[in-house]
Amino acid sequence: MTRPGDLSHHTLSVLVENKAGVLARVADLFARRGYNIVSLAVAPTNDERFSRITIVVDVESAPLEQIVKQLFKLINVVEIQELSPEASVERELMIATVRSARDRSQILELVGIFEARILAVSAERLTVSLEGRPDKIDDFEILLRDYGIDDVQRTGRIALPKIGKPPVIISS
Amino acid sequence: MTRMDGAQALIKSLEAEGVEVVFGYPGGAILPVYDPIIESSVRHVLVRHEQGAGHMAEGYAHATGRPGVCMVTSGPAATNVVTPLADAMLDSVPMVCITGQVALAAIGTDAFQECDTTGITRSVTKHNFLVTRAEDIPGTIKAAFYIATSGRPGPVLVDIPKDIVDKNNPDAWFDFDYETAHIDLPGYSPSVEPDLTLVDEAAQLISQASQPVLYVGGGVLKARGAEALMQLVELTGIPVVTTLMARGAFPDEHELCLGMPGMHGNYTAVNAMQKSDLLIALGSRFDDRITGKLGGFAPDAKVIHVDIDPAEHDKVRKADVAIASDCRLATEALVTSLKAAGYPDDRPDLQAWRSKLSGWQETFPLTYEQSTDGELLKPQYVIERLRDLAPKDTIVTSGVGQHQMFASQYWEFNHPYTWINSGGLGTMGFSIPAAVGAKAGMPDRTVWSIDGDGCFQMTAQELVTAAMEKIPIKVALLNNAYLGMVKQWQDMFYEERLSEVHLSHDMPDYVKWAEAMGCVAFRVESPEEVDAVIAKANEINDRPVVIEFRCVNSEKVFPMVPAGGSNDDLIVDPSQRDAQARIQESSAS
Repeated sequence: MTRPGDLSHHTLSVLVENKAGVLARVADLFARRGYNIVSLAVAPTNDERFSRITIVVDVESAPLEQIVKQLFKLINVVEIQELSPEASVERELMIATVRSARDRSQILELVGIFEARILAVSAERLTVSLEGRPDKIDDFEILLRDYGIDDVQRTGRIALPKIGKPPVIISS
Repeated sequence: MTRMDGAQALIKSLEAEGVEVVFGYPGGAILPVYDPIIESSVRHVLVRHEQGAGHMAEGYAHATGRPGVCMVTSGPAATNVVTPLADAMLDSVPMVCITGQVALAAIGTDAFQECDTTGITRSVTKHNFLVTRAEDIPGTIKAAFYIATSGRPGPVLVDIPKDIVDKNNPDAWFDFDYETAHIDLPGYSPSVEPDLTLVDEAAQLISQASQPVLYVGGGVLKARGAEALMQLVELTGIPVVTTLMARGAFPDEHELCLGMPGMHGNYTAVNAMQKSDLLIALGSRFDDRITGKLGGFAPDAKVIHVDIDPAEHDKVRKADVAIASDCRLATEALVTSLKAAGYPDDRPDLQAWRSKLSGWQETFPLTYEQSTDGELLKPQYVIERLRDLAPKDTIVTSGVGQHQMFASQYWEFNHPYTWINSGGLGTMGFSIPAAVGAKAGMPDRTVWSIDGDGCFQMTAQELVTAAMEKIPIKVALLNNAYLGMVKQWQDMFYEERLSEVHLSHDMPDYVKWAEAMGCVAFRVESPEEVDAVIAKANEINDRPVVIEFRCVNSEKVFPMVPAGGSNDDLIVDPSQRDAQARIQESSAS
């Protein structure tokens, strides 16, 4: 599981041209060179010419430097920043459906502590959502497991540099 | 500005790029583009298989330094150029490939002759484009040529749907103006100029080394850096090894040229790298065929690594100084920096190192035994005679296998751009189409294609192209009736258990086949006939020539580093093994 303290995981923020097939190029590169993607999130930026892909990579599979250099060789990749946990704000969203027939009040208590939300309710199930730092989501997910998770979906990490902390641009 | 349709615009764009020849094959989706070719100044060479078109474009690019261009239709034609694209990708060959595609509305419907060309070729091109509007054609072609030829060169594919080049489609018409066509590549700015601080650091390492070697790769040729390299060598007195991709970048006849290193490199080149205290890698990438087992490769060497592609730095071997730059510019900067540091007057004395190297050269020359009476030819002998009887700046192409290694070993390459082969991908059948492409680009030069019988049968049909298009290449077919390199491995590592490596000396009848394809053909079976037939072939300049040299099947390429072995485990020619053992004993004791 992704943990910010996990030294083998690094977050790359990759600015790419907003063109057909760019995500496939990035994904192909990782597959072809045997690099592991831990999570990946992609969306347009405020400039319609570009999209931003936030990739959490596992550097056990290859040195970060090689991954960055190979990524930057893709013609459509415009800029790559490494976002360290200390110098960036990170968020992730999780939605989970939990079995709540027996311990609904305990689950609700956790929802309260974590400031999560209830999205749907039935007699035996609760669907909850939590937005927050990836480590907080990890903790929440681990606690929910005790009650039985039917389904869980996480978005993958998105991140931006902290205001006032210049981003570490490792290729541009 | 002229109003024209996409097809005309595509051909006009190629003309504007200065393209003189396109190697291609028409078909359904690319049909509209073939109409304006009739009036164009661009020469079209009609190949017999799309793979041939791709390798011809590569051969043309290798020989001329200009980007090679090939053009084929959609579907199976596009998949047939995948091999040349992959070949060009691994050997950094500048090439633009234009493929037809089904009409935009049909893409994704599994239409006739549809395939996902940009998807299939993504990992074997430097970049590819699917053009969706006719008016984007000029800018895309301009970008394709720019990407293919700048930075680390490579193949670029442009996929063009049929409807945007269809003169009957009103949307395919637009005002064409190549000058103002815009390249929009915000993510592409290849590094070119060396960082001079790093250059000075490199110069510092050079001045401290006592056993340095210049490890020269294909990047020097791509950068047109042979002259700068000569200056650097003359200034420093450092010996040079030229990799399979760099043969000719430094003249073999020069006293400081050690020849080819690697799996079939000569003893001196391999051991110079092994014993070196400083490898100056110029445009080379520490390929596994050079390093052997990585842990045992050049254990005491520091490394200066100049490469225009920064991703090559530290990929295989950690560099002490890594310079991301064009090799010619970096070499020139090194010369300047070393002169400022007092070279050549204050340069270190490398005499001890050079004596060691020349001692090895004397003890371990390349060697083979001439055929005995009645025996068929030795491939090494054939190549020596071809070499000695060829005009000085003859261009040599080869396929892949034993004949390729013998050619690289026994030819004497004294000029850049005279050796064209498939080094990275190792594509059998490369030789003949590459020779056609080289000759199309360099019509005044003699072009010898050295080929094996396995390779010949893969792409021989392009001799019809050569005959029809009057591109008179010469083919030296070393027919040993075997897939010689595979046989060598089965002999050495599979206890001589030969599996599926026997072809035949007689089937096909190569002379008849070559004649049927419009070539003059000869067969040579004994050493005394060799010179006369080569001389005859050298005089024929109106048609392609094929000489079938009947060779023995027993020759092995030596020296050899066994796959997975360390370069220290080099297997030399049987006649030199005692000398090798003595050297190993004395260095161990």
